[in-house]
Amino acid sequence: MNIYSIAIMVRNEYGVLNRVTSMFRRRQFNITCLTVSETETEELSRITVQFEGENDRAREQLVAQLAKLPDVIEFREFNPDESVSCELLLIKMANDNGERQAMLDAANAFHAKIVDYTRESIIFRIAGTSRRIDNFIDLMRDFEILEVCRTGIISLERGAQVMRSISTM
Amino acid sequence: METLTGAQILVRTLIDQGVDTIFGYPGGTVIDIYDALFDEADRIRHIETTHEQHAAHAADGYARATGRTGVVLATSGPGATNLVTGIATAFLDSVPMVAITGNVAGAVIGTDAFQELDITGVTLPITKHNYFVRDIDRLQDTVREAFSLANSGRPGPVLVDIAKDVQEATCAYAPKPPIAPRPHRVPRPEVIQAAADAINAAKRPFVYVGGGVIASDAGAEVIALAERIGAPIGSSLMGISSIPTDHPLFLGMQGMHGHYACTMAMDDCDCLIALGSRFNDRATGDRTKFRPSGKVVRIDIDSSELNKTLDDQVDVRSDVKTALRELLPLVQQASHPRWEQTVRHLRKSEAAFADCRSGMFPHTIMEAIDRHRTPDMPLVTDVGQHQMWAAQYLHFSRPRTFVSSGGLGTMGFGLGASIGAALATGRHVVLVTGDGCFAMDMAELITAADHDVPVTVVLLNNGVLGMVRQWQSLFYGQRHSNTTLARKADYVAVARALGASACRVETIEELDEALDRALATQGPMLIECPVDKDEFVTPMLPVGATMDDLIVNMDDVNQRLGRS
Repeated sequence: MNIYSIAIMVRNEYGVLNRVTSMFRRRQFNITCLTVSETETEELSRITVQFEGENDRAREQLVAQLAKLPDVIEFREFNPDESVSCELLLIKMANDNGERQAMLDAANAFHAKIVDYTRESIIFRIAGTSRRIDNFIDLMRDFEILEVCRTGIISLERGAQVMRSISTM
Repeated sequence: METLTGAQILVRTLIDQGVDTIFGYPGGTVIDIYDALFDEADRIRHIETTHEQHAAHAADGYARATGRTGVVLATSGPGATNLVTGIATAFLDSVPMVAITGNVAGAVIGTDAFQELDITGVTLPITKHNYFVRDIDRLQDTVREAFSLANSGRPGPVLVDIAKDVQEATCAYAPKPPIAPRPHRVPRPEVIQAAADAINAAKRPFVYVGGGVIASDAGAEVIALAERIGAPIGSSLMGISSIPTDHPLFLGMQGMHGHYACTMAMDDCDCLIALGSRFNDRATGDRTKFRPSGKVVRIDIDSSELNKTLDDQVDVRSDVKTALRELLPLVQQASHPRWEQTVRHLRKSEAAFADCRSGMFPHTIMEAIDRHRTPDMPLVTDVGQHQMWAAQYLHFSRPRTFVSSGGLGTMGFGLGASIGAALATGRHVVLVTGDGCFAMDMAELITAADHDVPVTVVLLNNGVLGMVRQWQSLFYGQRHSNTTLARKADYVAVARALGASACRVETIEELDEALDRALATQGPMLIECPVDKDEFVTPMLPVGATMDDLIVNMDDVNQRLGRS
């Protein structure tokens, strides 16, 4: 299985996410990560999808099918070397007297920010590459993880190039 | 500007789009639309079928026979779900269709109201696009957009679901013309040159036509290309009627039940020029063993078809006609004597395999139809053995005269599609069907009789589901599970009871005489022809097989089954 990443600019209308993800389902691609949000103009939403595919032919087929959807305005596949990607993690840990200091040291080493602190629990927040976040979660496994939530990847191309210029809207 | 209700705006917009006929069935959430149709009956004809599915097939037949967008109208809930098979049939064969459904009022959407159904959700994977109109201000432009989408690029069905309160609301209306079609995309010169180079280098070129040749009306350009480069022409099921059957370069249909010479020549070619065809698995057999893979020069309007299942050598993204007009000046006049000889030998072998029996057999029934049918009459089929016999034996000389459900293979497609094709063209239509299919759609004889639709139904009754039985005989140890119908139904009596003329014939002479009568009849007429239950469709290329496994004729079948 290969991992692919693609950003899709769509009309910001109800049901559009369903149209896009339905295309992945029909072609039997597994979405590993998905983010959707409004963009600089309210007419458009941006979907970032990371997915697993058998081979490049299947991926090309999926992209060609996506391009045919009337609600898809623009799309771009991301080359990791020429783009910046990150995601955000919130992780809730048990606040255990015996392990607190070791846990805080580890969090500190990752520059994780404490966003909630109670006698029973601590929530850390960190942003970064998926790998950095995987590593942090892995480190936290030494302690008691209560809950994990991550946003999924967002990506932009490096440099001045844009998917769709606002002035052409 | 006039102020009209949503329902009136819809009907006026349909008229603005040039719609003269719609097929449909009334219901609770489309009462307003039917009310508006009542006032416009002299400008827009509504044909009420007995079931929404057949209304969708009728809209499909209307579109296939003319190239104009077919329109179907149904109510919410069950009315809408009954359209699903018809919409999917049109989707798989790229037929332009606009399906209009009513839905419950906006205030109760999402409450599981009576006959509420998320039809845009249901039809998501079987439409080019669909719309749910909840705002009357968007209605007119949405309908215009739907027509533009349905019949541009690669055609297909578009569904417009309209909430009841939108139909009842009022809004200012001024007529607007249809959205102007976008100019044809002209392929880049270097791509056309690459295609020409590949074709000019070929020693054994083969031209393969699909439904895209009919959609872009490119028959003349295809013939010009084939004649110049000295290539034989083969067709997919959907490409039939794009090239006159009698053209000396035309070898017929290719694929699982294709003509022998055509299927073998395509397998042996060194350059496969594929025009508006998508290489369905029924055409290629096992794709990993499909020999022309890697030698394909492909022209298709839909970029998602390029390289989809085979390795293409050159891909040209364009409609067939535009691309061929660019390509023709760049290809060299050529002849390939050895290749021509190979093809001649294949044709000889094919002739030697031919079925020469006389009497009441599939090929003699088709020959009789050919004797009576004029070239302008649409020939419609249902799905199964009779469909393949029609595709193999009948002759066509004008595009859009062969109407058949290829991609989805919808049994019960035929009678609805025949009604649509007859009303669209004003011609008499011949439907070739089998007893399995006819039992699915025979209620539409009511519609045909009520509207005096000239349809001659040639029913090949073998008392079995012949295509499945054929597979059971060949690949399932002759275990004929649930394919022997042995029905007590008297189809001639049924047809008469529904208002059609009908007769049963036992000989070809009787069939000739019945066809004479049927084609002079104003309304529908059924002609029932008995066919033996063990007539097989040959040649046959079993699923996943290569050309070496081709079953060539009934003698070959009998040998394989150990019959004498």
